[in-house]
Amino acid sequence: MRTAHPFRLFLVTILVAILAGLSSGARAQTVSEIVPTMADTNLRGLAAAVEALAATGEPQAVAVLEALGAGNLYETADGGIYIRAGSGPIRDAATGETAEGVAPGDLKLIRINNSLRRDIRAAIGNLTLLSDDANVRLRAAREMFGTADPANIELLDEALAEETNPSVRTVMEQARAAAILKTDVSEEEFAAAVAVIAARGDRQALGILNSNLANASEIERVNIEAGIARINQALALQGIGQNVWYGISLGSVLLLAAIGLAITFGVMGVINMAHGEMVMIGAYVTFVVQEIIRTTNPGLFDYSLAIAVPAAFLITGLIGVGIERGIIRWLYGRPLETLLATWGLSLVIQQGVRTIFGATNRDVGNPSYMSGAFEFFGIALTWNRFWIVIFALVVFALLLLVLNKTPLGLQMRAVTQNRRMASAMGIRTPWIDAMTFGLGSGVAGLAGVALSQIDNVSPNLGQGYIIDSFMVVVFGGVGNLWGTLVGAMTLGIANKFLEPYAGAVLAKIVILVLIILFIQRRPRGLFALKGRAVEQ
Amino acid sequence: MTDWTKYRNLTLAGLMGASLLSMPVAAQEGEPIKVGILHSLSGTMAISETTLKDTILFMIEQQNAAGGVLGRPLEVVTVDIASDWPLAAELARRLIEVDEVDVVFGCWTSVCRKSVLPVFEELNGLLFYPVQYEGEESQRNVFYTGASPNQQAIPAVDYLMNEEGVERWVLAGTDYVYPQTTNLILEQYLKDAGVAAEDIMINYTPFGHSDWQTIVSDIVAFGSEGKKTAVVSTINGDANVPFYRELGNQGVAAEDIPVVAFSVGEEELSGFDTTPLVGHLAAWNYFMSVDTPENAEFIAAWHDFIGDDSRVTNDPMEAHYIGFNLWVKAVEAAGTTDADAVIDSIVGQETPNLTGGIATMLPNHHITKPVLIGEIQEDGQFFVVWETDGLVEGDAWSDFLPGSMDLIADWTDPINCGNYNTVTETCGGS
Repeated sequence: MRTAHPFRLFLVTILVAILAGLSSGARAQTVSEIVPTMADTNLRGLAAAVEALAATGEPQAVAVLEALGAGNLYETADGGIYIRAGSGPIRDAATGETAEGVAPGDLKLIRINNSLRRDIRAAIGNLTLLSDDANVRLRAAREMFGTADPANIELLDEALAEETNPSVRTVMEQARAAAILKTDVSEEEFAAAVAVIAARGDRQALGILNSNLANASEIERVNIEAGIARINQALALQGIGQNVWYGISLGSVLLLAAIGLAITFGVMGVINMAHGEMVMIGAYVTFVVQEIIRTTNPGLFDYSLAIAVPAAFLITGLIGVGIERGIIRWLYGRPLETLLATWGLSLVIQQGVRTIFGATNRDVGNPSYMSGAFEFFGIALTWNRFWIVIFALVVFALLLLVLNKTPLGLQMRAVTQNRRMASAMGIRTPWIDAMTFGLGSGVAGLAGVALSQIDNVSPNLGQGYIIDSFMVVVFGGVGNLWGTLVGAMTLGIANKFLEPYAGAVLAKIVILVLIILFIQRRPRGLFALKGRAVEQ
Repeated sequence: MTDWTKYRNLTLAGLMGASLLSMPVAAQEGEPIKVGILHSLSGTMAISETTLKDTILFMIEQQNAAGGVLGRPLEVVTVDIASDWPLAAELARRLIEVDEVDVVFGCWTSVCRKSVLPVFEELNGLLFYPVQYEGEESQRNVFYTGASPNQQAIPAVDYLMNEEGVERWVLAGTDYVYPQTTNLILEQYLKDAGVAAEDIMINYTPFGHSDWQTIVSDIVAFGSEGKKTAVVSTINGDANVPFYRELGNQGVAAEDIPVVAFSVGEEELSGFDTTPLVGHLAAWNYFMSVDTPENAEFIAAWHDFIGDDSRVTNDPMEAHYIGFNLWVKAVEAAGTTDADAVIDSIVGQETPNLTGGIATMLPNHHITKPVLIGEIQEDGQFFVVWETDGLVEGDAWSDFLPGSMDLIADWTDPINCGNYNTVTETCGGS
């Protein structure tokens, strides 16, 4: 069997590198010759192998490069190189055929670093620019736009001659223009390239134009500057749209965190400092649900949130009922004692969770539909934020429905408006109190499921949201759900418009000061309750 | 690894000294030596500090199994500072005055260290501080076993500049003393290296910041102007998870804009799925993945002690490991646990670190360390892509800040000063 002699392999690797460098006339190496050199080598040896693989032009080279880039390329102690994606079959890297008699335990991952990852990406781009699949060609062309290497112009011309897909064609032309700008070309060609880049109209284009501004001639400079001005204008508009979206997204997180409090504090008047802990418990329920799914049925992982939502609502709701029956009902009409008792309770819950689950963060995964981003008129919207905005609005609508259209909602409003009269009408007020508090806590648990997707799942999760929640409820107007919605969105958007100018720290302070001033003017918030309830 | 001959000699010396007082003494008998642990076991910092408490308990168990120190067993006194810094000062006082501990291992944040400093100074106690910090400090009673900026931040920036060709810099941090001071030093260092002011973006966020949309899109905009860009992150523990998640979701790949972090280690990464982070960097003086016999032995023993094979080790744990061993050596060399004697004997003590080098206690109460740059892997571990040739000496006062470049710290005679000005040749700062 082949034993790995590091020195010999090193020599081979060097040879490969030299060959690859000079090989325009010489015989190009084949994949099966290059692959063995990737065993037992260092990062430099791997870089040489990547370059050599790129020069082969064989389809198997793409497979090897992709495996190396994705961390799916393994070596064994006897110098064999294998590809294995996840827990799939083990394949021989040189041939792509299933390898027999190789145990998964013998495989050692070949590790790479960032500069190698860049090389791999560029190499794959070169190898796949003429692929049959339009998506692969598009990816390759984008990669070439990023590297803008003049050495690629010839290949791009070749590809452009055959390209029929308009969107791939556009990107190829842009890649060609970016590369042309780095070479010595006639003024017409330069101007044409600038026009192509400027038409692209995004930040990358702006970067290319900016870096070419310095070495352009007087006439070209005017062209480039016009292009830059046009892009900047478009970007400014996009920036406003982006801030609005970020604001809505932050607002929806605030809304989720505050909406449960809008019931316990807003409707019932209980200053519930343990509200954040209900949110935290909701996040931990998500964690437990995901853990159970991971160990019993990994295929269901994408549905984990759908299972966690009702589970979190029920569990935190029940805990809420327990808190109301056990502690809060003895303290009605004594706000200071309620505040202290619930604050103490929040510490107990935090430390309890810390004892059960440990002090470290827990890993709550994003289902596939919650990760990544999509582009919307040039603004990158991330999926997790998008779904959270939708979720917050749905929760809000459902809550509104429960309060206004169900018997329970009717009784809740009756009890909070005039307890004695409601009691006289035959409503079991203690039971309604418990249900109301349970509903508020359950909604906090729902917020926890959503927040587990964007924040740390740790015992401190709730602490970060309790102040913001009170702020939203007070600002929006105590006792009014619509006020909570408008309050959350206003605070979110104002915060995001301030942040680029003032920084995250100052933006938060400015918002706080503005709220204090606002409360001075309007102590009852944006949407003040009118009528008899106010007098109580 | 006890130095047995020295140990025996010391035991003999101890026996002779004790027999003068006509007291029978044997190994593991005599009055126990008390070791104080001053870490947060609840509150915000519990996430990081609970492991450090366990590390010291682990070291003490091992030391007791090997016969204790000076033939006396070690006894531990643990207090919980509950992430409350005024409480930390109170508890430090209680440890020294009431419990009469001989040494304290503790604190994580700089504000904790700053709050307990006056107590240790007043009562002449000993504190071993295991976390990387901003420098600009050296105190007679404190031993800094974590990295100073020249052992972490500066080499990391050098790596990005020379190996990755980075020309634009985002210095992102949490808004408190460690990131502020570190970024001040880095900004000056970058400007000295010829980086223009418009190529440096500095950004601070509150503790526990969770909405990173604006900042990440600012970073993307800053990084798409044709020059290679990197983020130097001094973002504190908890806020990192949403930060990296946002980076991953907005499609910022490590090949395009690498993030090098100074506060993200194995422990922090064990909290989430690292797939979108592969290739981002961290600079530390120790990684769990370092392949040395010392490290393998330490990890195996740690897993035995804690009873959980999935527990990771990290840099501050190694700092406590080194600090504890240095203290043991100093006590054995001094033959007593008396603070003044230990402070005198500890300078120059050496102990192997876990990465194959030797940690030496320097006169400025910092230690020598290697600097490693690692890339995050899919399994939450780091792949070392670069390391310094030798060991780097911890520098208490930065050479890049106008106020501190003339200052040195030296706690040996004749200087005996934490902020000695080499220009005016006086003790007492600039």
